Amino acid sequence: MSSWERFAETFLNTKVMLKYLPDILSGVVVTIELAALVVVTGIAAGLALALLRSLGIRPLNWLIVVVVDLFRSLPPLVVIVLIYFGLPSVDLSPSGFVSTWLSLAFVLMAFSEEIFWAGITAVARGQWEAARSTGLSFGQTLMSVVLPQAFRLTIPPLTNRTIAITKGTALGTVVAVTEILGQASSAMSNSYNPSPLLMGALAYIVLFFPVVVVARWVETRLAWKR
Amino acid sequence: MNGPIVDARGLHKHFGALHVLRGVDLKVAERELVFVIGPSGSGKSTLLRCLNRLEEPSAGRVVVDGIDMLDPRTDINHARQRIGMVFQSFNLYPHMTALGNVTLALRKVAGKSRAEADALGRAALERVGLGDRAGHTPGQLSGGQQQRVAIARAIALEPRVMLFDEPTSALDPELVGSVLEVMRSLRESGMTMIVVSHEMGFARNAADRVVFMDEGAIVEEGPPAAIFAKPTHERTRAFISQIQRH
Amino acid sequence: MIQSFFNPEIIVASWPIVRAGLLNTVLLSLLVVPLGLFGGLILALLASVKHPAVRWPLMAWVDFFRAFPPLVLLILLFAGLPFAGLELGGFVCVAIAFFLNTGAYYGEILRAGIDSVPGGQIEAARSTGLSRLQAMTSVVLPQAVRNVLPDLLSNTLEVVKLTALGSVVAVPELLYQARQAQSLTYNPTPIVVAAIIYFLMLWPAVRLLSRLENRAFAGP
Ligand SMILES: Nc1ncnc2c1ncn2[C@@H]1O[C@H](COP(=O)(O)OP(=O)(O)OP(=O)(O)O)[C@@H](O)[C@H]1O
Ligand SMILES: [Mg+2]
Repeated sequence: MSSWERFAETFLNTKVMLKYLPDILSGVVVTIELAALVVVTGIAAGLALALLRSLGIRPLNWLIVVVVDLFRSLPPLVVIVLIYFGLPSVDLSPSGFVSTWLSLAFVLMAFSEEIFWAGITAVARGQWEAARSTGLSFGQTLMSVVLPQAFRLTIPPLTNRTIAITKGTALGTVVAVTEILGQASSAMSNSYNPSPLLMGALAYIVLFFPVVVVARWVETRLAWKR
Repeated sequence: MNGPIVDARGLHKHFGALHVLRGVDLKVAERELVFVIGPSGSGKSTLLRCLNRLEEPSAGRVVVDGIDMLDPRTDINHARQRIGMVFQSFNLYPHMTALGNVTLALRKVAGKSRAEADALGRAALERVGLGDRAGHTPGQLSGGQQQRVAIARAIALEPRVMLFDEPTSALDPELVGSVLEVMRSLRESGMTMIVVSHEMGFARNAADRVVFMDEGAIVEEGPPAAIFAKPTHERTRAFISQIQRH
Repeated sequence: MIQSFFNPEIIVASWPIVRAGLLNTVLLSLLVVPLGLFGGLILALLASVKHPAVRWPLMAWVDFFRAFPPLVLLILLFAGLPFAGLELGGFVCVAIAFFLNTGAYYGEILRAGIDSVPGGQIEAARSTGLSRLQAMTSVVLPQAVRNVLPDLLSNTLEVVKLTALGSVVAVPELLYQARQAQSLTYNPTPIVVAAIIYFLMLWPAVRLLSRLENRAFAGP
């Protein structure tokens, strides 16, 4: 057996791969579900917080800043472990899936709030004044004049951050979520063969690489138009 | 209705310790063009911005077209539709076309349908000579054109009064004329206007009254000929001779 | 509530374990941040060669690691390589994974920084006789770094947070130690303590970043 054959037998073992392909695919489904939930809830919550913050209610803003700072400071894995292993002590036992979803959504919420807020504050004062002088209300000005301009500045950092946090769905494996990495790891230990792990790795590439490429494309497009 | 259309009394404005307006009284009659001059920092912009409450006066009364602007029961957004404002830096919305800029408040505040708003918006752009630029974004327009779009944005709402805060100061000299032209035709159509500007030629030709402000108060006012030819106050004289030297 | 999340006796009892973890997290960060910066610097310098044959593979490399979860990379090294007869141990795997992953991120940031320096700078430097590399390191890079300092700081923050992944491959850093203490005491207090330590350690950097990124709100 040549060394290539031995390598292929170990790392690209078709028999093992075929056997565990369904597992990996079910992992892909879980990863996509988890990622979609995290993205939608995290960004929506972040935007909501940024809008709340623009109302300028002092105590509320302090609270927002503290929550945002907290989730920007803590490693996502620490948050996951804290929710998954900590909450059962108060008789709440979120599943690994829910723990991972909540944790990553909180983290994405924090980062996107910060990004949206930076976008909102980057819009010049004159834009507010012009809009208000024509009779637009605070909310109308925010929605029709300020946010559309803010979003433009927001998109590149937000997509980058969203990708980085969504990749973190792999952390779910630590709390027994059966997403891609979880499935691949258990398939690997069941088959004593690393091929499923490579399959899992490939699945991540297939899922995320196009997103990264599209994000890069969008970023350069926006940069040109400025 | 023969009372003043703008009636501001005893206006004071503080920015922290800074006392920027110190008891300003200003009455403007319908169809009148009042021209406000004064040294930098004298409170001209602040006065204009108090009239539509972009700035909250610390004390005093502002009544525009019979509406008490400072009454908490006044729907300020509705009232502001009657008071157009044009800014030194245009402040056009960069993410919208010229038409989009003009129609936003028509749709959102005046509650017009998109078709109605578009028709009114095009008419307003036509009035400032930019009927053919409706689809352009601010970035594709010259400074003079941008400022005319900003004027169209204000007049599309059919305001009773227009406030101009140094509308030509940010423009290259060769673009000033086109904006003044629009302002002149607006005046001829009978618009009540309060104009802060350094365009003394325009003041001489078009203004009914010139108001000289210094240190947050109106020092002297009168017809342009009188103010420019024989100002009674020393400070007015100094200011006018200073700008005429330029 | 206090008993289960912030039990004083357990804090005292588990402190030596958690403290050792904190120390290791600091040491690990001191290793992987320079390592990632070094990787990023190599990438950025390569990227400044604007030849397509260099540019495209480089971009693919960076995008690959932006797409690839660092934990998967780490597991691949830690659990996959032994099948090829290569047992590297958790610590070395972490180092390699960080070199690759965070290097790509640092590289992207530094490249943007280099792009932000006007071309005239390099021409001026070359006209005084500096070599390309000299011009790069002594004229362009200092300006580039200054231009992207907030991004570098932000990424460094992420790298330090990422060291918590070490816990998955039995590197005894803060999270790993806290979980050990948790399983010894059957109480989540050590994890809460670890979270508080992370927060106290990284909060100043987060605050600083917000200051750097945000202007005052213009709305009324
Ligand atoms: N929002 C603000 N906060 C604090 N001070 C302000 C504010 N707006 C204006 N001021 C101050 O109030 C004074 C009057 O300003 P204002 O803009 O009304 O002057 P102006 O007569 O329009 O001057 P210019 O000719 O330079 O435009 C200035 O000293 C200015 O610095
Ligand atoms: Mg002014």
